[in-house]
Amino acid sequence: MWFFTPEERELQKTCRDFARAEIAPMAEKLDTEEKFNLKAFRGMGDLGVLGITADPEYGGAGLGATAATIVMEEFGKADPGTTLSYLAHSILCVNNIDKNASAEQKAKYLPKLISGEHIGCMAMSEPGYGSDAVGMQTKAVKTGSDYVINGAKMWITNGNMADVSYVYTRTGAGKKDLTTFIVEKGAAGFSVSKEIHKMGMRTSPTAELAFQNCKVPESARVGQEGDSTVHMMKNLEIERITIAGISLGVAQACVDQCIKYAGERKQFGKNLANFQMIQKMIAEMATETEAMRRLLYTVCYEYDHGHKSNTLASMVKLQLPKMATKIALDAIQLHGGYGYSREFPVERLMRDNKLNEIGAGTNEVMIMIIAKNLLKDALKE
Amino acid sequence: MTNLRAELCQSLAKWCQTHIEPHMEHDDEAGKFRMEIFQGLGEQGYTGITVSEEFGGAGLSYADYVAVLEEMAKYSVAYAVTVSVSNMVQTILLNYGNEAQKQKYLPALTAGTEIGAFALSESHSGSDAASLKTTAKKVAGGYSLNGTKMWITSAGIAKTYIVMARTGGEGAKGVSAFIVRDGDKGFSYGKAEKKMGWKTSPTRELVFENCFVPEENRLLAEGEGFKVAMGGLDRGRVAIGAIGVGCAQRALDEAIKYSLGRVQFSQPIFDFQGLQFMMADMALEVEASRLLVQRAAELIDGNQSPSKLASMAKLKATDTAMYVTTEAVQIHGGVGYTSEYPVERFMRDAKVLQIVEGTNQIQRVVIARHLKKEYAP
Repeated sequence: MWFFTPEERELQKTCRDFARAEIAPMAEKLDTEEKFNLKAFRGMGDLGVLGITADPEYGGAGLGATAATIVMEEFGKADPGTTLSYLAHSILCVNNIDKNASAEQKAKYLPKLISGEHIGCMAMSEPGYGSDAVGMQTKAVKTGSDYVINGAKMWITNGNMADVSYVYTRTGAGKKDLTTFIVEKGAAGFSVSKEIHKMGMRTSPTAELAFQNCKVPESARVGQEGDSTVHMMKNLEIERITIAGISLGVAQACVDQCIKYAGERKQFGKNLANFQMIQKMIAEMATETEAMRRLLYTVCYEYDHGHKSNTLASMVKLQLPKMATKIALDAIQLHGGYGYSREFPVERLMRDNKLNEIGAGTNEVMIMIIAKNLLKDALKE
Repeated sequence: MTNLRAELCQSLAKWCQTHIEPHMEHDDEAGKFRMEIFQGLGEQGYTGITVSEEFGGAGLSYADYVAVLEEMAKYSVAYAVTVSVSNMVQTILLNYGNEAQKQKYLPALTAGTEIGAFALSESHSGSDAASLKTTAKKVAGGYSLNGTKMWITSAGIAKTYIVMARTGGEGAKGVSAFIVRDGDKGFSYGKAEKKMGWKTSPTRELVFENCFVPEENRLLAEGEGFKVAMGGLDRGRVAIGAIGVGCAQRALDEAIKYSLGRVQFSQPIFDFQGLQFMMADMALEVEASRLLVQRAAELIDGNQSPSKLASMAKLKATDTAMYVTTEAVQIHGGVGYTSEYPVERFMRDAKVLQIVEGTNQIQRVVIARHLKKEYAP
């Protein structure tokens, strides 16, 4: 984008090279095996992107939504699964600690999370509370100077391997009586109850977590009791924007792959590129990708310049994942039988991207939020 | 629906619920095909529906057949496809085989003790099928086949293969059709494809290295192979359309059931108008697709040319399958993305329906060709 700073341009190039060398070559194999790319994750620590938005005092890069989205796009082109785990770590865990935790907590957790020595996750959803997340039932009860946590958390990206978990709990009956704790791996009463097998994003582990009389000290509490809702609100926009960044990467990777294939594959004596039907597919998918790229990075630019918008962040979270699934389906179609096989990346990109229409707020929840924001006044009547 | 057809579908549904459904999650992940399931379908009379009783078939109509395929696809798209490809081989033998060929190969196929497969595509000839390169050279007493076929459904599990090979010059007129059997010398199976869906249905290459095929195994005359290949095409397209309808119907059933039971914000999510509109649109598309498929089947039964409608039915029903299964995953949210619920499998299975039996792009070419013929004679 024309308004990227020199630093952002440099980041784009570095991440592109890294993704080509460290992420892309492993994607097909690890997708089949349902395994995480730990080597690439450690490499991201050396690259300096694991704390992309975090305070430089703790090793972070101190950059904004534009920079984070650039990383998502570049990594997302190579492997959306690895990128989702990167997002859960750097945005859902690290960024939340950086923006909401105390100086002591930051000093304790951020350096190792940012160097790549530790892996982080965030735990919000529960089996009965997905879209309706604030209805959560995992309880934390104060007993002396400790809290005792009981309940289950579902769909936790990185949950099975995280050293540090940023966990939302209920500490009262009221809607906003939600309190956050930082729970360390190995805490008594805290375990992984199930690993979830998924259609896509198979290089990104997903787990169900169980808390059975899990005791954590008061010092593990983030802020005060009842602070979670306000903390959550602070980072909602960047979470939606960055997940849309992964879908931008998916869409662009599909366009690139289709252009390449249309120039190689011959049927009826000529390249596919010569058929008007193929031209239409590629022209349309590229047009939509460019339109969405410009929308997404404009929203990032505004975010970084002090104009956060819940409505716009929800719009990009709705539109980019939806578009990328459609483009990826078309990309499989354009590749014919080969597109359906695992020899080409497009079927994996489609399976992976479908999650982006569901995770971090489903399309339907985005529609609800956008409508509620737009119709605020009318709804009062 | 006639009473007979309704009964056929009901007893099939019951059989599939006990014999297919419990295995699908595991077998999809493991890529496992079970011959006993196919043979079981045969014992129940579902593997030779349209062939006359003389050759062990049920002698029913094509409209009956598509209703059965739809029902079967609700449990497994992969087994429905295996049945439909085997049925296509039966139709080819019935229409183009001589008496000896019919007697020899049809009974095992209609009974479901054996599976039939059809080999046309090659790595460089997919949509452009007439450019195939596999050769059949005349030798004493028959032909010697050389070449590789790609994306062959049921390769390795089938016993009888209809193989298209070049006996003459370039183009469609140089192609002949042959019957090749599993185990024939010089015939082996190549790479098994790793696929996004249809995982219980094996897809492999067929490799021919100086494979001798006796003259008696040629269908029709030399150079008439493309007629054989294209003769089964319209019927095959309607069959894939029927499988698309079944696939979509199952996803719709699952989405409605789930949304009635799942409570968020203190109400079943079915009660949100946003979801009601999604499901109303899905139901509409499924019903429209079913009617188109049934109409195309009726044309086949009435001996009218189904070509344009067959392409339309295949295009519409498989696009519907993709759309409805994708929305069904969406309505299930996070659980829909996991293998614990069947909708993600149906979504992965749906995609290739838009590619096989002529990609949906090719269907549009066919439809346009008919339009031109109708309007500019």
